Amino acid sequence: MATVGILALQGAFREHARSVAACGHHPVEVRKPAQLADCQALIIPGGESTAIGELMVRFNFIDEVRRFGAAGGPIFGTCAGMVLLAKEIEGSAQLRLGLMDIAVKRNAFGRQVESFEADIHVPALGEEPVRGVFIRAPYVTAVGQGVETLASFDGKVVLVRQGRLLAAAFHPELTTDTRLHAYFLKFLD
Amino acid sequence: MVEKGTWTVKKGLAEMLKGGVIMDVTTPEQAKIAEAAGACAVMALERVPADIRAAGGIARMADPTVIQWIMDAVTIPVMAKIRIGHFVEAQILEALGVDYIDESEVLTPADERYHVDKHQFKVPFVCGCRNLGEALRRIAEGAAMLRTKGEPGTGNVVEAVRHVRMVNEEIRRVQAAPREELVTIARELGAPYELVLQVAELGRLPVVNFAAGGIATPADAALMMQLGCDGIFVGSGIFKSADPEARAKAIVAATTHYNDPQILAEISRGLGEAMPGVDISVIPDHERMQERGW
Repeated sequence: MATVGILALQGAFREHARSVAACGHHPVEVRKPAQLADCQALIIPGGESTAIGELMVRFNFIDEVRRFGAAGGPIFGTCAGMVLLAKEIEGSAQLRLGLMDIAVKRNAFGRQVESFEADIHVPALGEEPVRGVFIRAPYVTAVGQGVETLASFDGKVVLVRQGRLLAAAFHPELTTDTRLHAYFLKFLD
Repeated sequence: MVEKGTWTVKKGLAEMLKGGVIMDVTTPEQAKIAEAAGACAVMALERVPADIRAAGGIARMADPTVIQWIMDAVTIPVMAKIRIGHFVEAQILEALGVDYIDESEVLTPADERYHVDKHQFKVPFVCGCRNLGEALRRIAEGAAMLRTKGEPGTGNVVEAVRHVRMVNEEIRRVQAAPREELVTIARELGAPYELVLQVAELGRLPVVNFAAGGIATPADAALMMQLGCDGIFVGSGIFKSADPEARAKAIVAATTHYNDPQILAEISRGLGEAMPGVDISVIPDHERMQERGW
């Protein structure tokens, strides 16, 4: 059983903790960078990327999380987490970790009235589609070398992997389907 | 199949706002200050509650121009208020594309008997509550997020505390009650039995519940979080204070680190004057905003 840190500065961190626990691992809410030393993997949840980014700067997370990722620590970002992991954020100078060689567009499907659910085919998880919950979601507009596209929706890239880094535009933590969390936690093996 | 406006996506946005601070703003400049300070959303208004209280008269939905300016100024979600029961103001805000509608007692009610049927909308709604019955009635009407009513525009947290304590107390009662008592409890609360049953099973409200009404300091925000709220609305508390930028940042940090007195002590320093406060007892009953809605 691994200790999985859930960045708990703002957003839907409790739901990720529930998914991690359902996969048989031990979730820990992370509010201080020193806690990362006890974590084998890290999840950056959905929320507002500008709010989480501001709190990451103020409480000295940026370099620590970059180090964690550079040292091979698995990191999974959903929605705002995907935005924060990206190297490029279209039309924005906001803070990012820049760990993944992807460009993203924020609120790319539109405002809340355009938020939606749809079945997403993720070959890496098998035949059964994933119920994708997209909330003011981003999508990936460009991927660099070494980035694998795991799923697309309507021609837009919504799930990517780069080594032990994983980023989803949607929210698996808002469903009871834990396959994507289980897939991520296999990076620990 | 693509489905929009589902319960999951309505409730889902509220889940994403958790642990965050939603700030009242009246101009694009204020909205930008709020966003830079780490607000997870803004509430677009023509006047903050303290000014509505001072102005008197009828308070209505803001001019769409003001809301649009604010929507154009920031990338975070933008909420806006409608009068209780005024479903046409809601239709207008939905057409405008706001991200959440607050059916709010801060504005003058348009209907003294019925709230808006919020299920008819794709845009999600947040509503105020003072107790569990009111909370569950709003959920039954389709609210995907709740907040305490508090007493808006006072800088006095006492009413918000009263409301969240009441909700918590009633949830504990429902949770402890044997099944056969729940129908009677539901009748006493004036709430649908199915929702009372859900509360009994979950041990909490089935949607996100924020604190609102009278929050003026980082300590107020942390108090409401420790009492079990999921996040914080700050109305007049920021832009009616001496140093809005510093106070906004401090309240954001306090909402994240609500359980860490050391950090709370650091961020509470040197913020300048908080907004001027009002004692609840000097507000006549008919001017108490929390009494609006049922």
